[in-house]
Amino acid sequence: MGIAQNWRLRNQRYALVGEVCNDCGSKIFPPRDVCPYCAQPAQAPFQFSGQGEVFSHTTIYNPPVGFEEFAPYTVALVKLEEGPLVTAQLTDVEPEEVSIGQPVEMVTRKIREDGPEGLIIYGYKFRPKLEEV
Amino acid sequence: MRDVSIIGIGQTPVGEHWERSLRHLAYDAIRAAMQDAGVERADALYVGNMLSGEISGQSHLGPLIADFAGLRGIEAIKVEGACGSGAAAVRMGYLAVASGLQDIVICAAVEKMTDDVGGRLTSGLAQAADADYEVVHGISFVALNALLMRRYMYAYNVAHEDFAGFSINAHANAVGNPNAMFRRAITEEAFKKAGMVADPINLLDSSPMADGAAAVILCPTEQAREFTETAVRIAGSAMATDSLSVHDRHDPLWLQAAQGSAERAYRQAGVRPADIDLFELHDAFSIMAALSLEATGFAERGKGWQLAVNGDIRPDGRIPVCTMGGLKARGHPVGATGIYQIVEATQQLRGEAGDCQIPNARLAMAQNIGGSGATIVTHILERE
Repeated sequence: MGIAQNWRLRNQRYALVGEVCNDCGSKIFPPRDVCPYCAQPAQAPFQFSGQGEVFSHTTIYNPPVGFEEFAPYTVALVKLEEGPLVTAQLTDVEPEEVSIGQPVEMVTRKIREDGPEGLIIYGYKFRPKLEEV
Repeated sequence: MRDVSIIGIGQTPVGEHWERSLRHLAYDAIRAAMQDAGVERADALYVGNMLSGEISGQSHLGPLIADFAGLRGIEAIKVEGACGSGAAAVRMGYLAVASGLQDIVICAAVEKMTDDVGGRLTSGLAQAADADYEVVHGISFVALNALLMRRYMYAYNVAHEDFAGFSINAHANAVGNPNAMFRRAITEEAFKKAGMVADPINLLDSSPMADGAAAVILCPTEQAREFTETAVRIAGSAMATDSLSVHDRHDPLWLQAAQGSAERAYRQAGVRPADIDLFELHDAFSIMAALSLEATGFAERGKGWQLAVNGDIRPDGRIPVCTMGGLKARGHPVGATGIYQIVEATQQLRGEAGDCQIPNARLAMAQNIGGSGATIVTHILERE
C-alpha cells in the first residue's frame, strides 16, 4: 500500500472515525457512502468509543508478507459497543488468554513496517480492557 | 433466452506442475475439452483466474490463452472473482450463449500457484479480502475462516472433531479420482492430530494450494446433439454477492450469497434441494462446507456439521458432496476450482466418474465461493 492509500485512512486508523446514518441512525464502521441498513446516502462522521468485546479470534503462525516479525499474533473480530464489527489485531495479551466475550479497548500501535526504508503504518489494535485501580 | 448445454470437458491433474506454465496448463485443459466436444473453433473464450498477475507477473490472460490455444482473434477476456473465478467464467459463458449472441463458447480456468512458494502466495490470496480494513491488519485467508469457525463452534456448541467427517469424506472420495492431488484416505485420529494452522483450523481442515486447469465447452442445447450424445444441460445458473469483508456482514455465520445464488438456481431449474443427487460444494475449509450446506437448504442453521457426523454427505448418503475429492483432496487451484467442480459434476451425470460414480445421478449442483463468501456462483446441471 502506498503513502496516499494509508494517509487518507488516518481518521479511521488513529481515531476510529466512522459514520452515523442521518436517516436510520445506524452507526457505521468502516465508513461508506451508502448506509448498509437503509441504503440512504446521507452520513455524518461519528467517532466510536473504542470499547467492545471479542466476537471471535484466531492466532496466525504463517503470516503474509510484511508481518513476519509479529508472528505469532492474534487477530479478532471485535464487536464495538455501538454495534459494528471491526477486524483488528489484539495486543498486550497472550493467545491462550483470549476468549469470546472478553471486553477490549482500542489502542494505537504499529501495524507493520514496509522494510527498513519503507512506510511505518500505525493504527488501531485492541487490548484487554484495563481495570480501574 | 436459450437453454445452454455442456458438450465438452477437460482438466489437468491437480498438483505441482513445475514444467508447465500458466499458458501450457490452460491449453492442456482447453484442448482436452475441444477434443471431447469435437469442436475446432469457438466464438469466445472466458478465462477464470485469480493470481496470474501477483504470482506469475502476467495479466491480460484473454488474448494470451486464446492465441496459445490456436484461437487467435476470437473474443477473449479474463474473469476474476477470487476463488470463485472459475464458476464466474462459466456464468459469463452461460450468459453469452443463453443470450443468443454466441454459439460455441469455451470457459477455461487456470491457476499457477507454484510459481511462488513463499509469502507472496499468502499475500496474493489475501487480496480477495478488504485491503484497507482486513488485510492491513495482517489477516490471512485461513485466519478469516478461523474467525468464522471459532464463532460457529461457540454459537452452536460444536466441537472441532465434529468437522472431521468433511475431510474424511473428501479424502476417501479422491482415492478414485485420477486427477486428484491427494488420493489417500485419512482417519479421524489423523484429523484430530493434524498441525494447527490458525486455530481452530488445522492442516486437515484446509484444502491444499496447487496448479491446475479445467475447461468446459458450452453451446445452445438445441445444437448439442450435433456434437455429442452425452450433453449435460445447465438447468440453473446464478451468481450473488455479499460484503467483501466478514466484519461488514449482518450475520457473519450466514452465507447470504450462497442462499441467494442457490435459490435463484433452484427456481430456474424448477427443483428443490431434495431433488439434487450430488453437490460439489466449496470446502476450502471445513467450516465453509458446513456454512454452504446450511445456506443452500440441505441443513438447518447451525446444523450443517451434523451431515458430516451422520454420514449424509457420503457417496451412499442423502446428499453426497465432494464426490471426487472436493477442494480438500482433489486440491484447490484457486481460480480454477470452480470449473473443476463443474467438470466433475458433468462426469457424474454422464456416468463417467469411474470409481467415484454416484449411481443414476441425474441432477448435480456445484457451488463456487470467492473470498470469505463475497462472490458465490451456483450451477445446477441436468442429464439430458
